[in-house]
Amino acid sequence: MSFIPHTQEDIKQMLKAIGAGSIDELFKDIPVALRPKSFNIPAGKSEFEVTQILRRLSLENATGLVNFVGAGFYDHFIPAAVDAIAARSEFYTAYTPYQPECSQGWLQAIYEYQTIICQLTGLDVSNASLYDGGTALFEAMMMAVRHTGRNKIILDSGVNLIYRTMLYTYTSNLSIEFVEIPVVHGQSSRRDLFKHLDDKTAAVILQNPNFFGAVDDYSDVVGQVHKFGALAIASVYPVSLGMLKAPGEMGFDIATGEGQSLGIPLSFGGPYLGFMAAKSELVRQMPGRIVGATVDSEGKRGFVLTLQTREQHIRREKATSNICSNEALCALRAAVFVSLLGREGLRELAEHNYQKAEFAKEQLSGLSGVEVKRSSPTFNEFTILLPRNADEVVQRMIDKGFACGFPLGRFYKGMDNYLLVAVTEKRTKEEIRRFVDSLEAVL
Amino acid sequence: MNIPKNLLYTKDHEWARIEAKTAYVGITDYAQESLGDITFVELPKKDEILEQTKRCATVESVKAASEVYAPLSGRVLSVNAELAAHPELINQLPYEKGYFLSMEFSNDSEKANLMDAASYQRYVEGLSK
Amino acid sequence: MKLIFEKHKDGRRGFSYGLVDVGGAKPLPEKYRRGAALPLPCLSELDVVRHYTNLSRLNFSVDTNFYPLGSCTMKYNPKFCERVAGFEGFSQLHPLLPQLSGGGMLAQGSLEVLYETEKLLCEITAMSAFTMQPLAGAHGELTGVMLIAAYHKDKGARRKYVIVPDSSHGTNPSSAAIAGYEVKVIPTGPDGYMDLVEYKKQLNDEVAAVMLTCPDTLGIFNPRIREIADMAHKVGALLYYDGANLNAMLGKCRPGDIGFDVVHLNLHKTFATAHGGGGPGAGPVGVSQKLVEFLPISRVIRCGDGTYALDYNYRKSIGYIAPFYGNFGVILKAYAYMLCLGREGLIKAAEIAVLNANYCQAKLKSYYDLAFDKTCMHECVFSAMRQAKNGVHALDIAKYLIDKGFHPPTIYFPLIVKEALMIEPTETESKETIDAFIETMIEIARLAEDNPSLVKQAPVNMPIKRLDEVRAARKLDLCWKPQN
Repeated sequence: MSFIPHTQEDIKQMLKAIGAGSIDELFKDIPVALRPKSFNIPAGKSEFEVTQILRRLSLENATGLVNFVGAGFYDHFIPAAVDAIAARSEFYTAYTPYQPECSQGWLQAIYEYQTIICQLTGLDVSNASLYDGGTALFEAMMMAVRHTGRNKIILDSGVNLIYRTMLYTYTSNLSIEFVEIPVVHGQSSRRDLFKHLDDKTAAVILQNPNFFGAVDDYSDVVGQVHKFGALAIASVYPVSLGMLKAPGEMGFDIATGEGQSLGIPLSFGGPYLGFMAAKSELVRQMPGRIVGATVDSEGKRGFVLTLQTREQHIRREKATSNICSNEALCALRAAVFVSLLGREGLRELAEHNYQKAEFAKEQLSGLSGVEVKRSSPTFNEFTILLPRNADEVVQRMIDKGFACGFPLGRFYKGMDNYLLVAVTEKRTKEEIRRFVDSLEAVL
Repeated sequence: MNIPKNLLYTKDHEWARIEAKTAYVGITDYAQESLGDITFVELPKKDEILEQTKRCATVESVKAASEVYAPLSGRVLSVNAELAAHPELINQLPYEKGYFLSMEFSNDSEKANLMDAASYQRYVEGLSK
Repeated sequence: MKLIFEKHKDGRRGFSYGLVDVGGAKPLPEKYRRGAALPLPCLSELDVVRHYTNLSRLNFSVDTNFYPLGSCTMKYNPKFCERVAGFEGFSQLHPLLPQLSGGGMLAQGSLEVLYETEKLLCEITAMSAFTMQPLAGAHGELTGVMLIAAYHKDKGARRKYVIVPDSSHGTNPSSAAIAGYEVKVIPTGPDGYMDLVEYKKQLNDEVAAVMLTCPDTLGIFNPRIREIADMAHKVGALLYYDGANLNAMLGKCRPGDIGFDVVHLNLHKTFATAHGGGGPGAGPVGVSQKLVEFLPISRVIRCGDGTYALDYNYRKSIGYIAPFYGNFGVILKAYAYMLCLGREGLIKAAEIAVLNANYCQAKLKSYYDLAFDKTCMHECVFSAMRQAKNGVHALDIAKYLIDKGFHPPTIYFPLIVKEALMIEPTETESKETIDAFIETMIEIARLAEDNPSLVKQAPVNMPIKRLDEVRAARKLDLCWKPQN
């Protein structure tokens, strides 16, 4: 199957109009020596056959496990209306809205998305989205480097290791000096942070809740950061913002994060949604597309891509970033998800997550040999210490039908017996009880 | 095309008005005309040291960003703060309220590298041919 | 249309989670909680669905309009690909599952998709291996340049420059700059090809890479591409292939056979995954043998027993460039598309894409000036200079096309062509559709002579007229605020 509408007659007529004898003639500029040495691609298949092959493969994935794995990527319920809107092909088969008159639907939707991100984070401006939470954090860091003209970054080790690793990869050819701050009793060590904070610091990067699930109020840190003329950057989990103090309320200059939890399926790691919001004075340092409101020649409100002079198609090697797309369809999902929930719904979602995690903590603390870490409050994810290697426990729990959590030994030295457990609104009381019982049985 | 007599000009379409040791700097009528509606200017900081022919500012229109080069070397005395809120002044009054900055220039002999109004006029006419 | 925030009414609900079945936990201490109430809008489900459904109707899209946006390959996106990506076995899989001890067996289906897609892309491009991780084309470019930097560093010198032609996509120079390189730009000669004299002059052992688009952004295949490649290799530079225009090359020419060392592909262009209004895309990067050891981790491997696993054991890898394995949902659609088209279907796609572009070129070249009069590949580039003399610019032509129900071609790119109109019809558009477009383009050319003001007023049939972009940039309004 090839989705080509041309009949033999069409082709004949078109070749005639071109003045070519054959289609091959159109490829005459490709020297014979450069023709493919091979092109061993299997013969085409029908839609039915391909669908069958892929259905079979999808069933080879074990999605039936009861999921307690989070680590920055969460198993939330997605209302049907989100899927229905994202399936409108007037949205998903369009491209970047370069021509505003025939793209007002997309432009307005992105403007609404930007507003929602500002409302959630408590900051002034948002871009039209970035690839994912990790690349968004890198871009935020580079904004701080450009804005301050400095190159020292203080990075809390409570920031997701996946993101920290990405920052190191991206800066391997740039002269950026990193200082990692240890986590002590689950929280960012203020003492170490303040020791390293100086007038060479471009930014301090923190995460809330941090990778261990600990919730913090960083207002005190941000105050100090600003005294040295540096920027404070927060990586945040948007569902938690239905309950937790917003980055803007703590004084952060830039907030970024992974928007997957806002109505985007886990889908084995992507596509996801990097969001970014900042104080208005940083807007010209922002990377990526930005939509602005304006008026048409008759004074009617309309929306356009704006501040394009920051971007690669105009500034080329001097652009703020090489990014030329956004994750528009994922941003749309987030906008629909949040609009649907509204302020009550998002508060409720956060409350359910918090209550269920607290319930799980309480149940787990009844198990002998299991210690629930309580040095900091948590939102929907927390750390437990097991009497044996967490890797083994995870494997045994798989046999019981549970993806029981993320073993911290994979990311942190000396934490082989620690397990990170996430409890979203999807986990029922019954599932949590069975989870605790099964854990007791495998320990 | 407005090319005031009392100013000095560069090939990149900047102008300088000399008052004793101070030079006022901006872009010419020709420059603002070819850039179109200016939406933003990035200016240097007070006391920044500028070097003749090196970048000192950037002007942006909707679809372009252009560098502005210092007509003379020296220290920035002040920048035109009004441009932040009203970049359109550059389009409206490029030689007056649309000026970019004032500077204390350090090397008198550099003036020889600039054109007077008549030479600039000929230069601009040559460009449009 | 009103904004969703302007439809808010206190007390309305669009979704409820019901009562929590556990409860009574102590609330989180005040200092950690949000102080101000969330300012989000409150609407019913119907309010929200109607709002976004109506917004969708204000867009042009491939499913509703001809969309010949040059360089973007807006071909039809087959529906079964969307369905497949929605299978719960794929969409609900947590990405950390295969990283858990014993968890690899839980993700065999998805790992196989990644492995098999990589194999197909290797054969299509003649590269040795691919990383599926880059999340978009530009992200692939950055990854590719970082691989090049790692290779040179490993050889002892990082080198300083990256060469790009002036006709390149803006992402090429900006990706090189973000990877820490200085960019050298080579002009295009009067024949439409990169100026080889200037190229030779700039090429030396400080050059890390030469980034080329092939066919180039003028839609032309440079017959001397091999020579250009050999010259780069002679000074130890690597050759980068911007795969934006691969659609014309399927089964006709492979970057690896020419001698390219790094290739990025845009699955949302060549392999028909939906563009999504600007993303998500996917930008896998293929490399020649000498660069394989530097690829990002993890990599998917096939074990002796036929099962698939993640491999992190690459000492020289540049590291993580994405959180996981790429935009899996997008890769999956491209895989389904390739399986469906197969060998003959892919070759035919290239052939008909080139036929359609040459047909447009032939039919329009007496009305508009061709940038360079040569057989084109998948797209043709005109200049509206002739029309501009009467005041009808590329932008005006674009707006008039909108009025007639056509998405405009790419305008003002490549930068080296004044008043550029870059038309890429793609293979899935029929002769009738293209004929209707051509007719409208001819009508515009006539109006530019007889009645230019009619073109300059356009659009008049759309919900809004031309927008004040200067105002948008001067008086920034990027976020809605309630008006007391």
